[in-house]
Amino acid sequence: MELTKEEESALKGEHGEIMQMAYRILVATGEATDAEKLVPIEWAHLSGVNYNTIGDAGEEFLSGISKYARVKVKTTLNPMGFDIDNVSNYGLDENFISKQLSIKNSYETMGVIPSFSCIPYEIFDIPKNGTQVAFAESNAAIHANSYDNLKTNKESAFSALASAILGKSPYSSLRKEDDPNITIRMKVKNPNELTYGMLGFFAGKVGDTSVNISGLEEMDKRQTKAMCGGMGTSGTCAKFIFGEGNSDCEKIDFDEKEMQNVHDELNTAEKGDIITLGSPQLGLDEISDLAGKLKGRSFQKRCMVFMPRTVKEQSTKIGYTAELERAGCEILSDCCICLSPLISKDSVDAVTTNSIKGAFYLKNSNGVDVNLKPLLQIVEDETR
Amino acid sequence: MKKILVSGKVEGIVLKSEKPINFLGMVDKKTGIISDKNHDLYQKSLKDTVLVFPSGVGSSVGAYTIYSIKSNQTAPLAMICKKVDLTVATGCALANIPLITISDEEFSSIKNGMKISFDTEFNQIHYQ
Repeated sequence: MELTKEEESALKGEHGEIMQMAYRILVATGEATDAEKLVPIEWAHLSGVNYNTIGDAGEEFLSGISKYARVKVKTTLNPMGFDIDNVSNYGLDENFISKQLSIKNSYETMGVIPSFSCIPYEIFDIPKNGTQVAFAESNAAIHANSYDNLKTNKESAFSALASAILGKSPYSSLRKEDDPNITIRMKVKNPNELTYGMLGFFAGKVGDTSVNISGLEEMDKRQTKAMCGGMGTSGTCAKFIFGEGNSDCEKIDFDEKEMQNVHDELNTAEKGDIITLGSPQLGLDEISDLAGKLKGRSFQKRCMVFMPRTVKEQSTKIGYTAELERAGCEILSDCCICLSPLISKDSVDAVTTNSIKGAFYLKNSNGVDVNLKPLLQIVEDETR
Repeated sequence: MKKILVSGKVEGIVLKSEKPINFLGMVDKKTGIISDKNHDLYQKSLKDTVLVFPSGVGSSVGAYTIYSIKSNQTAPLAMICKKVDLTVATGCALANIPLITISDEEFSSIKNGMKISFDTEFNQIHYQ
């Protein structure tokens, strides 16, 4: 990788330890991803926020560097482990709460916007076409590359943090013009968001850096988010390119059989004890739609609904929050289903959800069984 | 050396695995001991070794485990992989542990318990 003279001297430690570490991270990442240089970025989105995932090591690390490190560009943040407004309802221990608040504090000290959301592309203005960003959250990186005309690697928590501190990121494959060698042909008829989630999960398994995808019908936001979330869960691939691709591209069909394989892998229960909605977190459009679907109906079991704080504030003003709460929903901001300490296998055997991303983490991290259903079916089966 | 991910100069005894390592799930972050019964390095300590393995796998949060074992003084002196992955690359960068990749042939020729030294500045590896 080619570094400028100034970058070289920072890597040697001449601009302090924080700069040296940040450059060491970007150089290692750049060498790993065949980048030839660093390029300026305008926005970083960080993962590595939930105490459940980063643990004591992460908490101590962030607390240490926050004394000296400051972000140089607009920097937003992934969800954490709970919603401070209702954390007392979930029986988390004191240690978890204090360590999580320390992490929150460290990021704020570094100048990070405490957005606690995995859908930055929905709650912040999108910069102009072609802007270089550094997004660590996988569904957000895929969405940014595929739908928002932005350019990002699928960053790690560390390369995104180093990028935020330096305002630069490695110029790796996803930032360049690419030409995937695989085309996935969508063959399943009448898809819903669950189908698109499974398609994404399948694509992430067969794709490497990016994939061509053809045969998609017009998709709503819920469906595009499901597809990006699904792909981010199963592999390293971080871009959909819409179309058939070159004629020499390997063509792979996503048909009923492939869909069944994904379903069988993630669906492990016939029904759930609770319902979770919002992985990725729900945006205002989805909340509006959900409030409409729940008119005059109520959930017959617990239903946790995850959304960013800004979306909750808007929903409250419009009246959606009251409508959802009337229907029995527990509304949670600042956190999400993935790696949540709020769902424990001690009290829950199985969860019903329409999210493939959520299903993957519930199954593998929380250790609970999962019952997959599209939202329409959930509303039909679980409300009266 | 194929690639230099984190530069440095080391000398140590090889601890080699033929299996990938998932730092988040398999390595005790205090003791640096491999805790996965199904791994060929089960119950082995990574402390002060030159760890040679095909590549890292699993969650990127595993990088914090590498940082933790370094903070707890139970980390390897250096790591050598066949294939690079971002978790190991960023973990070693964070912890300032030298990391290089080597060819498949070179990987096959390295044996457990060998003494090995390398200096990324001169792009040289020595075996004894």
